Amino acid sequence: MLVVKDIGISFGALKAIDGVSFSANAGQILTVIGPNGAGKTTLFNVISGVYVASRGSVELCGEDVTSFAPEALAARGMSRTFQNLQIFQRMTVAQNVMVGRHLKERSNLFADLLRLPSVGRQNRETRDAALQLLEEVGLRDKADVLAGNLSYGGCKRLEIARALATGPRVLLLDEPAAGCNAVETEEIDRLICRVAEKGIAVVLVEHDMKLVMKISHRILVLDRGRFLAEGTPAEVRENPGVHQAYLGNRGAKEVQGA
Amino acid sequence: MSEFLQFFLSGLTVGAVYALVALGFTLIYNASDVVNFAQGEFVMLGGMVTVFASAAGVPLPFAALIAVCVAVGVGLLLYWLAIAPARGASAVSLIIITIGASILLKGAAQVAFDKQFHKLPSFSGDGSIDVLGASILPQSLWVLGGTAVTVLLLYVFFERTLLGKAVLAASASRLAARLVGINTATIMALAFGGSAAIGAIAGVLVTPITLTSYDVGTMMALKGFAAAMLGGMGNPLGAVVGGLLLGLLETLGAGYVSSTYKDGFAFVMILLVLFAMPQGLLGRRTVDRV
Amino acid sequence: MSPVLNNRYAIVAALALIVAILPFTFPSGYYLRVASLVWVSAFAAIGLNVLMGKAGQVSLGHAAFFGIGAYAAAIGPAHFGLPSWAALAVGACISAALAYLVGRPILRLKGHYLAIATLGFGVLVALVLTTESRWTGGPDGMSVAKLTVFGWRVGTAYAWYWLSAAFLLVGTWVALNLDDTPTGRALLALHDSEVAARVVGIDVARLKLRAFVIAAVYASIAGSLLAMMNGFVNPDLAGFQHSVELVTMVVLGGLGSVVGSIVGAVVLVVLPQALTVFQEYENLMLGFIIIVSMVFMRDGIVPMARKLVARAR
Repeated sequence: MLVVKDIGISFGALKAIDGVSFSANAGQILTVIGPNGAGKTTLFNVISGVYVASRGSVELCGEDVTSFAPEALAARGMSRTFQNLQIFQRMTVAQNVMVGRHLKERSNLFADLLRLPSVGRQNRETRDAALQLLEEVGLRDKADVLAGNLSYGGCKRLEIARALATGPRVLLLDEPAAGCNAVETEEIDRLICRVAEKGIAVVLVEHDMKLVMKISHRILVLDRGRFLAEGTPAEVRENPGVHQAYLGNRGAKEVQGA
Repeated sequence: MSEFLQFFLSGLTVGAVYALVALGFTLIYNASDVVNFAQGEFVMLGGMVTVFASAAGVPLPFAALIAVCVAVGVGLLLYWLAIAPARGASAVSLIIITIGASILLKGAAQVAFDKQFHKLPSFSGDGSIDVLGASILPQSLWVLGGTAVTVLLLYVFFERTLLGKAVLAASASRLAARLVGINTATIMALAFGGSAAIGAIAGVLVTPITLTSYDVGTMMALKGFAAAMLGGMGNPLGAVVGGLLLGLLETLGAGYVSSTYKDGFAFVMILLVLFAMPQGLLGRRTVDRV
Repeated sequence: MSPVLNNRYAIVAALALIVAILPFTFPSGYYLRVASLVWVSAFAAIGLNVLMGKAGQVSLGHAAFFGIGAYAAAIGPAHFGLPSWAALAVGACISAALAYLVGRPILRLKGHYLAIATLGFGVLVALVLTTESRWTGGPDGMSVAKLTVFGWRVGTAYAWYWLSAAFLLVGTWVALNLDDTPTGRALLALHDSEVAARVVGIDVARLKLRAFVIAAVYASIAGSLLAMMNGFVNPDLAGFQHSVELVTMVVLGGLGSVVGSIVGAVVLVVLPQALTVFQEYENLMLGFIIIVSMVFMRDGIVPMARKLVARAR
């Protein structure tokens, strides 16, 4: 579904990402982990078109989409959420998800300016679809609440619902459980599994190791912008290079001795 | 050739004034991220107050001093009454506030003074000096010299004094500066006051050549801003380079291309710079973090 | 949130009611003229609100389009023999085309860069209008032929009052229509988080351009109406000060609120007229209003009023 080859990007003299490659398959959850500053969010930004890569390629369902703008990627089935929450504060929860359906709506400027009957019908369809998605993420009862008034965990789930509204084949989730308590994290982890079961390729950035180990099919480890390891959770857990990156030399030795 | 030299010299002269205005912009922008549209009004005040003070009998040098002090006072009031209370407003809101301030100052000048054009006597007479076939007014030399001295003083202030470095620190990161004990309110006051002084000095120097009136501020601000953008917003050296370049461009353009569209050159240039190189000649590109 | 204030039919109906009743309270024709001026300015402000309030962009040169519309109404009949209403349409097309051309590069900019670029654009248009005196009559302006529709000459103060009010009502209705539509939602999304809007598939560049063109057309029509109403145009109509006034109307009334733009226009047109005794103090007052409203009423009159009403409940 998503094949990333040898991606690199630099900010001035800083090589934020240096030669990272991986692929994500339908129905599978690939989690990207790594110490702080490893370049995980930067990687997402490059893949999703927010930054332009200096080198490397991104392929989506066989099509080369390197350097495509985010809106073009959305049209081709890639969607994402943001680490620092980019919900539309001044719209209601339902409207946030309705915006996610933008590409599926038939929208004509003149029809909108004149509010022709077709617009009313379109609105109803879009709202129904949005409510359904809200049901799935457990926010149905908050549909007409202002998004800015939602709890933090609620906002995280709202972003996922909005991302799902575009009907993606590949979903990038940037720290979906960050800042959530144990209950919220549990809900999000079940949500992510359900999303993958629908056949969507899910790529996740996460710090919560319990969550990561539990739901990932594969894990990719980055360190300082470079590829460090890839494999199943069990493989990665035993990888000495990973221990060293996270815990330093002494910590790694302790873990291995244990 | 002598025609070209003529244009070149007068271009440098008007460019020096733009450079001073641009420097004022840069000082405030660096200290507070505010694009201060009222900058041009400081130039206007410099000229107008000097004219009226000297008409009231005050000897010229003291009249100029009074003008600078008035401008500084106005600059501080601008900061305390209009900018500081608007903490947290968006960049665009702040621009609109400073535009409002410039209109208010223009209105105040209209009421306090009048709507006529006014002139100051040249500092050292009107006999033009012959330079390689071109003639230059002694006042132009005052303008160029005054600008050079001001730029030099600012350079020394920023690079060699502790206070100057504090201003630079505050512009790099206000929070960090406060955390190390720098009183950012003082810095702001200093920036606005200093900026006003620079503008007023420019006004005093150039009024003998270009005359002054209550509404010269707007154009002056727009062109000074164009100069600051050309050189790279926030870069003091860029402000000077931008100002001189803009002055040359305008005068040469008026001389060789079209004198009716003289004022337009600055704005065409703003648009070109913004489209092609928003960071200006000496500025740095920025990237948004998501 | 009050259901009345949110229903577009209710708003247009209330506005129509006010328009219908107002003339009966006017002691003289002068008030009709002022009201017509308010309607025309409000029309322009509503258009600018789509760009600034909904799409979240800024334009400090918007009066340029106002001026283009005004001068189209002047030059069309005078130099090309066009009937006035046709000149209005041509002016709107020119403004739309210019907005489309200029908007593409300009709207790539953000924040104060965008503000300055639009400012530069506005000043340049005003400069051209001032300088090309063969066509435009130069700095002193030129006179404008009266509007004739189907042989009926629109000349009286009453006629202009109703005509400009009609345009305002239609313009208000169209602007209100946008809200609960895909385009309206996309605009709000763009304003709240441009990157999130892009990630969801919204072509933000095209959307901004559309908002810019819509705003330009509104301003152009308003300019043409004013020109025909006054029988006279001059380059100040396209000038920086006028652009600032338009922006102030939108911001003072409340960014994003259509009703707010109308309220802003009322304040900014009526206040100077009411205080004509202070002719010399116009600049002072305008500057003061701008500062006070931006510093203390940051959200604008209508949103602030809503909050007060909500708190009183």
